Amino acid sequence: MGTGGIAAGGADVMDVFKKRLKEKGIQSEVKKHCSMHKVGCRGLCARDVLVDVIRYDVKTTYQFIKSDMVERIVEEHIVRGTPVAEWLVPEDYHHFHDKQVKVVLADCGMVDPEDIESYFGAGGYEALRKVLSGLTPEETIDVIKRSGLRGRGGAGFPTGLKWELTRKAAGNPKYVICNADEGDPGAFMDRSVIEGNPHAVIEGMIIAAHAIGSDHGYVYIRAEYPLAVERLRKALQQARHHNLLGENIIGTAMDFDIKVKLGAGAFVCGESTALMYSIEGKRGMPRVTPPRSTEAGLWKLPTCLNNVETLANVPSIIRNGAEWYASFGTEKSKGTKVFALTGKIKNSGLIEVPMGIPLRQIVYDIGGGIENDKAFKAVQMGGPSGGCIPVEHLDVPVDFESLTALGAMVGSGGLVVMDEDSCMVDVAKYFLHFTQSESCGKCTPCRIGTKRLLEILERITAGDGREGDIDLLLDLSADIKVSSLCGLGQSAPNPIITTIRYFREEFEAHVTGKKCPAKVCRKLLAYSIYEERCKGCGACVRVCPAGAITGEKKKPHVINPEICIKCGSCVEACKFKAIGRE
Amino acid sequence: MIKVIIDGKETRVPKGTTILEAARALHIPIPTLCNHPKLSPYGGCRLCLVEVKGNRHPVTSCSVPASDGMEVVTSTPLLERIRKTNIELLLSDHPNDCMVCEKAGDCTLQELAYFYGIRENRFAGERRIYEKKDANPFIERDMEKCILCGLCVRVCEEVEGVSAIDFAYRGFNAKIVPSFEKALDCEFCGQCVAVCPTGALTGKMWSYKGRQKDVRDVDTVCSYCGCGCNLTLHIRRNEVVRVSSRDDTINEGWLCAKGRFGYSFVNSPERLKTPLIKEKGTFREASWDEALDLVANKLKKIRAKHGADAIAGLSSARCTNEENYLFQKFMRAAVGTNNIDHCARL
Ligand SMILES: Cc1cc2nc3c(=O)[nH]c(=O)nc-3n(C[C@H](O)[C@H](O)[C@H](O)COP(=O)(O)O)c2cc1C
Ligand code: SF4
Ligand code: SF4
Ligand code: SF4
Ligand code: FES
Repeated sequence: MGTGGIAAGGADVMDVFKKRLKEKGIQSEVKKHCSMHKVGCRGLCARDVLVDVIRYDVKTTYQFIKSDMVERIVEEHIVRGTPVAEWLVPEDYHHFHDKQVKVVLADCGMVDPEDIESYFGAGGYEALRKVLSGLTPEETIDVIKRSGLRGRGGAGFPTGLKWELTRKAAGNPKYVICNADEGDPGAFMDRSVIEGNPHAVIEGMIIAAHAIGSDHGYVYIRAEYPLAVERLRKALQQARHHNLLGENIIGTAMDFDIKVKLGAGAFVCGESTALMYSIEGKRGMPRVTPPRSTEAGLWKLPTCLNNVETLANVPSIIRNGAEWYASFGTEKSKGTKVFALTGKIKNSGLIEVPMGIPLRQIVYDIGGGIENDKAFKAVQMGGPSGGCIPVEHLDVPVDFESLTALGAMVGSGGLVVMDEDSCMVDVAKYFLHFTQSESCGKCTPCRIGTKRLLEILERITAGDGREGDIDLLLDLSADIKVSSLCGLGQSAPNPIITTIRYFREEFEAHVTGKKCPAKVCRKLLAYSIYEERCKGCGACVRVCPAGAITGEKKKPHVINPEICIKCGSCVEACKFKAIGRE
Repeated sequence: MIKVIIDGKETRVPKGTTILEAARALHIPIPTLCNHPKLSPYGGCRLCLVEVKGNRHPVTSCSVPASDGMEVVTSTPLLERIRKTNIELLLSDHPNDCMVCEKAGDCTLQELAYFYGIRENRFAGERRIYEKKDANPFIERDMEKCILCGLCVRVCEEVEGVSAIDFAYRGFNAKIVPSFEKALDCEFCGQCVAVCPTGALTGKMWSYKGRQKDVRDVDTVCSYCGCGCNLTLHIRRNEVVRVSSRDDTINEGWLCAKGRFGYSFVNSPERLKTPLIKEKGTFREASWDEALDLVANKLKKIRAKHGADAIAGLSSARCTNEENYLFQKFMRAAVGTNNIDHCARL
């Protein structure tokens, strides 16, 4: 269980299971077949709480389990051997997993994140032993280089090269930092990895430390992830206890330990240079480069900063070999990528797919298609730095280069599916609202430019769009992109640029026609009452804050468009669906 | 030394020189708002972007060191477009106050608006509105005019070592503030005022005393202490209205609170203009000859009656080194005592 599973009631379900099993005396009777453990997130969040019952090696999975359902499962299935058919996951649950390839998430949901023994059981720390007993730092770097692993934090920088640059840089001590800031709205990949398998990240960090020659590491993690922080701290403690951290690690000459540094939740603190200032106790503002962080990073010393998922890949690569890893993915984008699949999709959740998989397969095979069988409109990838991909590009291979060419990006791995009810101007406005309030304020184009972009979008969605506004958005976007200091500003206009590129007519409808085709932008809608449906009950009159609705009792009412403030309260109040918006 | 080519002109500069410094040495102008030659590079204003051959994106010339063989272009349609957009953005969040602003005529932002011919603004929108309420005695802080170049923050930390101000808030609402947004309470050296490129920071006592017209500059040396900082007095109608210091002086343009703001004594009616001699409990004006004769006679009398060691000399930190040297020489050689001390030691 990760945070999502617990929120869905997972902890309660587990408690009830424990109680019932004890009552039935099963714990002692059938102990060899029945043990209970808690695991990390297993992906299909939309169906939480998921429960696996393994009875004589046959695994059966239940979905949407609440604590009051536990008794029946124990009684009928565990005791008597007949699964409760109506609560089982349907066939498509298995499709959800078919197209996925799990490297990073392989053990998430399988190992107990709070027990290092459980990780040992899954081959944990074997990679570290292999490296420390047989691979020089240079050889370790070479394996990572040959695996083709690229940074999962957004930019896709080759990980082996970053390690090599840090190794070769002059200066001592050197630092390894794990970036667990994960600030994109809707993203929860890194959080789930740490909640589900913290030791994989720690093992990756120790191997990185061996490769670059570091004896100090930091995990920069946001304080809003209390469960991840707790499990991480526990895992570090256990690793120290087993001498996997500390001095003379597992009897070798290597010293290395890791500190946890809590971030206060500023999106920009995920940017590498801002993150390092934040660790130093300074304000999190990106700095100009050069020098690169690999030469002068934390405390102006050589620093290798990697994303959680990047590091979590490392132990598997070492264990299974570079060639194994490189066998997944495309020519330039190797391996797998974890995505947080959300939006108007049937199966939302955490997924891991080989790089290069067609986007269509993610949406339709893994995601199960659009909720309520509405029409697909676009996928927003890469969060506030990313862009929208329309239906005509649904077959794009999901890899670094192909997505960037479309104006979107792999980014940190947010993948939001939108249906016909989404207004693309509104979507762009949502992301700009986020970026402009998260800008650090250091550089002119991002500080003032994103604010102006947002203002223009606001007036367009309010029906005050002016002729030329669309081109003004594009001009200003181009200037912000090329002149901003850091990735935040450089990518902030992407949601606007791609939505205009693929949905320009929708922008024009707002600006010239003063209409929102998706009927999302409230101020552009006109409210009216269908005479034939109105029963004259007066419910709308009572909720209208502007007093715009009049009519005699039991006779059709009317809305005065001059007075109506388009708040939409009447639509919700009308039991007869007699009020329409156009 | 390395070779760089900027706008087709070749020059040799020491390793570590920034592109901007190399360009300045060639007298090639690049607009800047957040750069100061003595402060660490910042890269906030984005006006100094230049194109470097082989680089996909423009780079900030204020921060990127020149490398051997580098070819730089400082002005292209793209660069000029970006510069204009960014100046326009700054002005879209700026009070249109040049008419009554202390800084007009000496303001980098105003100058850039002039060179880029910006009058209409494509980006007119919300503007930050702040109350001016800083109760400190010396520095007027009008944060609506602040362009967040960060020069004041850096000078306060890197030159003065005080760190009295820093950034607060995020994005459009980012603001330079003293701790907890209280009234500024610092050394009041005014270094921040000196480096501020706009009218956001000015001297409180400068207000409505005169801007550029009819103001005469007189270079002088500060009389407050033996350091001898160079001052430039800005004088209008024979009255000091402002003090500054040029950056090519021995004090590199930096001053202390007294040198920068302690000039009102110059025009004070209470200022002493002649020596005073006390007779029967009251002072009367005297000439230098009379006063010095009186002191000389008294010193001689005391020495004759009680010996030279009955006399002690205490010198002032406001005297120069040379004056202090002369004074101890006078005490030792002319008066004949080693009883000599200096207020700075006390
Ligand atoms: C505004 C901004 C926010 C970022 N946030 C994150 C983040 O939350 N997590 C992350 O791993 N990388 C983030 N990055 C990317 C990092 O700067 C950096 O490239 C990455 O962590 C490097 O690790 P990698 O090479 O393993 O991908 C962000 C970048 C920017 C510009
Ligand atoms: S681009 Fe935005 S977040 Fe990045 S330095 Fe500039 S103001 Fe700060
Ligand atoms: S700071 Fe400069 S641009 Fe702003 S009002 Fe004053 S003179 Fe004008
Ligand atoms: S007050 Fe002046 S020096 Fe300080 S950041 Fe603002 S404009 Fe720059
Ligand atoms: S002078 Fe280089 S960014 Fe401001």
